[in-house]
Amino acid sequence: MADFLFSPGLWLILGGLFFAITDRRAWLLLIVVAPLLALLTVWLMPFDAVWSVSFLGHELQPVKSTATGRLFATVFSLMALAGGIFAWRIASRLELTAAYAYAGSAVCVTFAGDLLTLFVFWELMALGSTLVLWAASTEAARKASIRYLQLHLFGGMLLICGIAGHVITTGSVLFEPMQADTLAHWLILAGFLLNAGAPPFSAWVADAYPEGSPSGTVFLSAFTTKTAVFVLIMGFAGTWALIPIGVYMIFYGIIYALLENDMRRILAYSIVNQVGFMVVGVGIGTEMALNGAAAHAFAHIIYKGLLLMSAGAVLYRTGKRKCTDLGGLFQSMPWTTLLGTIGALAISAFPFTSGFTTKSMIAQAAADQHLMYVWFALAAASAGVFLHAGIKFPWFVFFQKDSGLRPPDPPANMLLAMWLFAALCIGLGVWAEPLYALLPFPVTYEAYTGAHLVAQFQLLLFAGLAFFVLLPMMKRTLTITLDFDYFYRKFFYMVGMEFSTQGERTMARFGQYVDRQWQRLLASAFRHHGPQGVLARSWPTGSMVIWVAVLLGLSLLLYYA
Amino acid sequence: MTLFEHLPVLVVIIPLLAAPLCVLLDRPVLAWLAALLASWATFAATIGLVAQTASGETISYYLGGWAPPWGIEYRIDTLAAYVLLIVSGIAAVVMLAARTSVAKEIPADRAARFYAALMLAMAGLMGIVATGDAFNVFVFLEISSLSTYALISMGRDRRALYAAFQYLVMGTIGATFILIGIGFLYMMTGTLNMADLAARLPAVSNAATISAAFAFLTVGIGLKLALFPLHLWLPNAYAYAPSMVSVFLAATATKVAVYLMLRFVFTVFGHEFSLEQMALHYVLLPLAVVAILSASLVAVFQQDLKRMLAYSSVAQIGYILLGLALMSPEGVTAALLHVFNHALMKGALFMALAAVMWRVGSVQLTDLAGLGRYMPWTLGAFVIGALSLIGVPLTAGFVSKWYLVTAAIDAGWWWLIPVIAVGSLLAVIYVWRVVEVVWFRPPNPALVDQREAPLSLLGPTWALALANLYFGIHADLTTGTAETAVASLLGGLR
Repeated sequence: MADFLFSPGLWLILGGLFFAITDRRAWLLLIVVAPLLALLTVWLMPFDAVWSVSFLGHELQPVKSTATGRLFATVFSLMALAGGIFAWRIASRLELTAAYAYAGSAVCVTFAGDLLTLFVFWELMALGSTLVLWAASTEAARKASIRYLQLHLFGGMLLICGIAGHVITTGSVLFEPMQADTLAHWLILAGFLLNAGAPPFSAWVADAYPEGSPSGTVFLSAFTTKTAVFVLIMGFAGTWALIPIGVYMIFYGIIYALLENDMRRILAYSIVNQVGFMVVGVGIGTEMALNGAAAHAFAHIIYKGLLLMSAGAVLYRTGKRKCTDLGGLFQSMPWTTLLGTIGALAISAFPFTSGFTTKSMIAQAAADQHLMYVWFALAAASAGVFLHAGIKFPWFVFFQKDSGLRPPDPPANMLLAMWLFAALCIGLGVWAEPLYALLPFPVTYEAYTGAHLVAQFQLLLFAGLAFFVLLPMMKRTLTITLDFDYFYRKFFYMVGMEFSTQGERTMARFGQYVDRQWQRLLASAFRHHGPQGVLARSWPTGSMVIWVAVLLGLSLLLYYA
Repeated sequence: MTLFEHLPVLVVIIPLLAAPLCVLLDRPVLAWLAALLASWATFAATIGLVAQTASGETISYYLGGWAPPWGIEYRIDTLAAYVLLIVSGIAAVVMLAARTSVAKEIPADRAARFYAALMLAMAGLMGIVATGDAFNVFVFLEISSLSTYALISMGRDRRALYAAFQYLVMGTIGATFILIGIGFLYMMTGTLNMADLAARLPAVSNAATISAAFAFLTVGIGLKLALFPLHLWLPNAYAYAPSMVSVFLAATATKVAVYLMLRFVFTVFGHEFSLEQMALHYVLLPLAVVAILSASLVAVFQQDLKRMLAYSSVAQIGYILLGLALMSPEGVTAALLHVFNHALMKGALFMALAAVMWRVGSVQLTDLAGLGRYMPWTLGAFVIGALSLIGVPLTAGFVSKWYLVTAAIDAGWWWLIPVIAVGSLLAVIYVWRVVEVVWFRPPNPALVDQREAPLSLLGPTWALALANLYFGIHADLTTGTAETAVASLLGGLR
């Protein structure tokens, strides 16, 4: 099976390049055609098809079709389509070019059969996403994009070092399931996890994504973290260490989202939280759990895309992003309100939305494995998700007090993209079988049982109640002290400690210390290596000769010794 | 005897004879034409040599029919052919671009002599590689060095004179050291032929004189290849030389010195003596690591792009020496690959800067803001070269870094990986500074009427840039040759 296969992602990358040389009317065609061609290629490719080539004495598989890969490639292509439609009127040339190249690279990662191909597209994703962020062309975005790039290049470095080690020890560059047993595998895992937003690097998600343009953030939310989930499923299923990491991410996301005032930053923290669920699923590693992680990733991309589109529409119409500046928008933006609320319900796993049919699979898998504490954590976190993303976001943006803003609904193309995703959210909630059929393993899971419905309604009801009871505290979003919160005391005492004011102060002091040391290091580097530094300036000839003498003397000493 | 059998000497003779011809013709265009023809003829002859030695054969050529060890022997094995290919290939590409660039940078009355000096430098470098005679190495070294001093001094900047003078002093010390080393060897063995030396040295290898010879040779060659901290002559020499000279020197001169190091360390002294008895890697390894980190860091802060690339060259030489110091066939293979790939990337980068110099008249970073808008092709090629410098996959730079990392892990030296990685990261930083300024800054008002560089500069730039991609994808060509070369060079190592 060495015949050439065309990686579906290349359609998107090619489409991206065409954006650079055509005008806005032709874009509409490209926006639709490129993802559809990608989808077509994904589904026309025979199952288990492989294209292998030989490079540097290793067998590479630049294109390899797998069930999980097809699932992710499908949702990535859908995301490119909807995101493109949403972005059509407002995105800059650079943004669309980069976004499609970014989406295409993500699809190529899902079809990569070897680590080298994976790495190439991994880095291309980093580059594409950086440019999407950069294209927002604000000073904050520019700075954020540089921080973002640095971090991801660092992650890429970990990854390539790990890959090199893996190749040395196993002699194969193919991307096969592995255990986190050797240093090389830990490095690969670390490279993957960095992109997933795992600790200690969770902060990049909320640092970078909210700085994107209204449409750029929609693209950004979908690909990087979810390709990380994909590679974790393919490479590290059942790695125990992923469970605590995932649980940490879940609560990290909830706590920071509850503290946050910027609507898109709330949603960005919520990405970390949701990816945490998937990472836990990968860590559990049973068929049910992996199915759950994959299905949840699929559903999550769609509802998070929808939520960020509604946030993007608000930002586009009002130019404001702080919850405290917004409110009462339902009066003039009814459609955005409705669609955003559908997304919010889906993320909260409200019955008859896609969240309900997918997310619960992970919890079920934890229960099946008798991982009691994990199950508790997941259940509690579900309530937390409802608090921060399900209620907090729509409530403060669309309802609560009247901010006096009366912006109209966004243009038709934006609404269309949101309708598309909202329909998918509901569709997959009511009729999940098509999605289940795509999953890597056969599904025996039934979402709509009486017990599950009742449990979920209870959870949501009490969380909703808690939200409105605690509303005064929720409003002063920046001064919440977490110790008051019933949930934290009961379940997350340890986590709460970490984020308590005392801990925060220590962290701030530590941050300052690191910052100071870093500045000092930079200054010292500049002193010695800067243009006038001792290592950079032109030396008098005599001093050069002294070095020759020194080296000769040392060599002679060494050789005679 | 057909002409074909004389290829080993032709690759030296053609440029050597082209030099006086250039002087006699004395007109810029005619001299350029002669140099162009000579360099391409040499290149063609080298390809013939590469084809003959591709599978590990060694060609031995007796100069004037005198058999060694009395006569001078030219000895071309895979390694020599490989380095000859780099030198003549780069020279051929440089010559394509030279007419345009030289017409702008060198006064017309000196142009013919410029070409003559360039041909002499090329002949010297080719000779160093082709010859199998230790004293002959010194002769060619002097030919190439003296002509290089002259070439550098022709730079437009007045600082070029001082840079040339410093290089002259340092280069002469280096050459003297090499001569002393060769003299000691002759004293102890009574022969100058390298193969003969290799056969006779083991018998006297315990003598102090041999140790001293080794020290003088390694330090002398270290000077020529800009081993940290003996690199101090290099940044100014590269920065202030005429653009074409920078391209040629950056891509070839240090590479030939690396060849010389390999030749003496592995062929003449043998790895047992060099690495086990003398422990050369104890000298090379720390210096290579410091070179990678320190020179990269200096490059980050440079404003003059040619100087920046020059410091980057010092760092890249660090990678090459690192490969050497690993003492394994894999390590030496990585070093050889980097010799070739670094020639390609630095060739492309300096060539792009030559085009910038031709249009803008400056390579100071601050003068180039927004230049990407006016010279997209030139700076596009620069970006490709830069990606290769960083070691991005699908570029040539990746292949050699990959080999280096694998060799380091193979040798069990995991701690080298962060060094290589940090070096690459620093490369990202100093390259990104340039990309940001030329592509993303608002244009410098002084640049308003700039246009793309002429095809005569753009063509060679892109040829080198595409070569970076080609050899990044079809890596089997270079890796195969390097592995064959190393196999015959190291023979029994490990």
